[in-house]
Amino acid sequence: MATVFERPHALCDTPMHYCPGCTHGIVHRLLCEVLDEMGIEGETIGVCPVGCSVFAYNYFNCDMIEAPHGRAPAVATGVKRSNPDKYVFTYQGDGDLAAIGTAETVHVGARGENIVVIFINNTIYGMTGGQMAPTTIPGQVTQTTPFGRDTELAGYPIRVCEMMATLSGTALAQRVAVDTVPHIRETKKAIRKAFENQKEKRGLSIVEVLSTCPTNWGMTPLEAIKRLQDECIPYYPLGVYKDVTAEGGEK
Amino acid sequence: MAKMTVLFDRCKGCGLCTTACPKHIVAISKEKRNKKGYFTATCTDDAACIGCAMCAMMCPDCAITVEK
Amino acid sequence: MKGNEALAEAAIRAGCKCFFGYPITPQTELSAYMAKRMHKEGGVFLQAESEIAAINMVLGAASTGVRAMTSSSSPGISLKSEGISYIAGSDVPAVIINVQRGGPGLGGIQPSQADYWQATKALGHGDFQLLVYAPCSVQEMVDMVVKAFDTADKYRMPAMILADGLLGQMMEPVQFPEIKANSIDKSSWAANGHGNKREHHIINSLYINATDLEEQVIERYKRYDIIKETETDAELYLTEDADIVVCAYGATARVVKSAVNTARAEGVKVGMFRPKTLWPFPVKELNQASQKASKLLCVEMSMGQMIDDVKLAINCSKPVSFFGRTGGVIPTPDEVLEQIKSL
Repeated sequence: MATVFERPHALCDTPMHYCPGCTHGIVHRLLCEVLDEMGIEGETIGVCPVGCSVFAYNYFNCDMIEAPHGRAPAVATGVKRSNPDKYVFTYQGDGDLAAIGTAETVHVGARGENIVVIFINNTIYGMTGGQMAPTTIPGQVTQTTPFGRDTELAGYPIRVCEMMATLSGTALAQRVAVDTVPHIRETKKAIRKAFENQKEKRGLSIVEVLSTCPTNWGMTPLEAIKRLQDECIPYYPLGVYKDVTAEGGEK
Repeated sequence: MAKMTVLFDRCKGCGLCTTACPKHIVAISKEKRNKKGYFTATCTDDAACIGCAMCAMMCPDCAITVEK
Repeated sequence: MKGNEALAEAAIRAGCKCFFGYPITPQTELSAYMAKRMHKEGGVFLQAESEIAAINMVLGAASTGVRAMTSSSSPGISLKSEGISYIAGSDVPAVIINVQRGGPGLGGIQPSQADYWQATKALGHGDFQLLVYAPCSVQEMVDMVVKAFDTADKYRMPAMILADGLLGQMMEPVQFPEIKANSIDKSSWAANGHGNKREHHIINSLYINATDLEEQVIERYKRYDIIKETETDAELYLTEDADIVVCAYGATARVVKSAVNTARAEGVKVGMFRPKTLWPFPVKELNQASQKASKLLCVEMSMGQMIDDVKLAINCSKPVSFFGRTGGVIPTPDEVLEQIKSL
């Protein structure tokens, strides 16, 4: 018998600290599969955020840098500008990327910084115990929106891919999900495309992955997948918001 | 002939793999807890496994290996 | 050459490959000079979207082992303090320039030395220090930038040039020394792609286990102990027989020197102690300078910050008076002379 599925080399053989059913692990693996398939693990430098994936530097076999909260795109800019031939990615959550780090995120798009941004949108702050995120859906109950997110009080969520697609330096802005195997395959394709863009020096590629947080959503892993399908995907439609390689350039 | 193997102590028993299996032969076994205290995923019918690896693709902990 | 431009040119000659900046008065010429020169040198100049982004770009570039620098002025340095703390906590060498202006808040745009405490005691959260160099001429700015890069690399820590608006805007002749290629090997820690030839490197400041973090900090403080022993530097001017020792650094020391010369001509036994390194503070050098002195005077462009270190250095064994102008006002030699005579 031949092995048809095993851990990619770029993913360290170490237990991950994530809660049961947390989909961070799936995205980590997909990213590592892409590094393996492109044969670029040794040429890649990853930048991880502050949030649940703060320990991601222990899981990726490539060189890793831990950035201050929200600053991963700026750190990645420094890495890429000084090492233009290397592959550079950031891995960030919604609080990191779309609240405290919004300026850094927007400006890597504006500059067309030739890096990959993997954006995990699970509509909540996970690491600190489930507070409102910039992507928390109106009505969603979190620790800091105990009566549900009231838009009168707390404003509206940011749709990151739609926003990033408006920037001239963005090469790819695509929203995917990891709730089903077909969607997981789609996610991997998007990550692959993002790294191919970097190889071809096309500019910033951002892949937004709709993810779950069973613990802070107060759900079982399977209930969380269902919420992702019933509430998150309708609010954050999947799709390609910008792709400079597509026919006609942009969607 | 195909076979899925769960790394017993890596599995967190989240059950995502059980939803992915087209043959409905992956389940959380309630027999024995692993060292972290989780009941783990297992194949309930080895002969029926087609080696599609969908369970492994769904696994957040990279705890499943598939051979064919 | 203008001070700000000399800082930039010296950095390039010292092998600085990346400069990330953000416009702020009175250091903007530095960025402008870098923008003109860096690309010719095959280096990187990038104007960041904020001071915060600029320092984090430095963190990124320096993490890969290249020499990287940012510069700003007081309010901008406050914004950089987060990144500086991470740079220190990740044991990454980098050079930060502060061309000080008056504060607090937006303050003013005139020269000041009110960031002494910030630079030497509290440039960010946590237990850490920066190497802090205080030039008092354009030539010294050049020499200290080179020294800052070398020392930062040697000890894997951030280094700051604490200048001020006066020095930044000043024009003086300057000579660029022949600079030896940096020989420090960073391959044991730099995160620049492992090329499948080694284990992955991790640049990180997070230690979730308290004893692990304590161990890291203690290791860093052992390096600081060595630095305190070996890296102090100061100018002792006419201190051998001095009854009064005036302590001043940076641009203020130029004013003080002129006042000391006038006082000497009038027969007052006065000398000047000028620390060139503010951290580590030259404790031994000050004690040597003030051996014969009965009193000290500290002159600063602030409400009195370095005076704390002066008192500590001599264990408050002698009276230390203070004279300062702040808010961007530069003390005059006459004012200082009057202070000396009044002691």
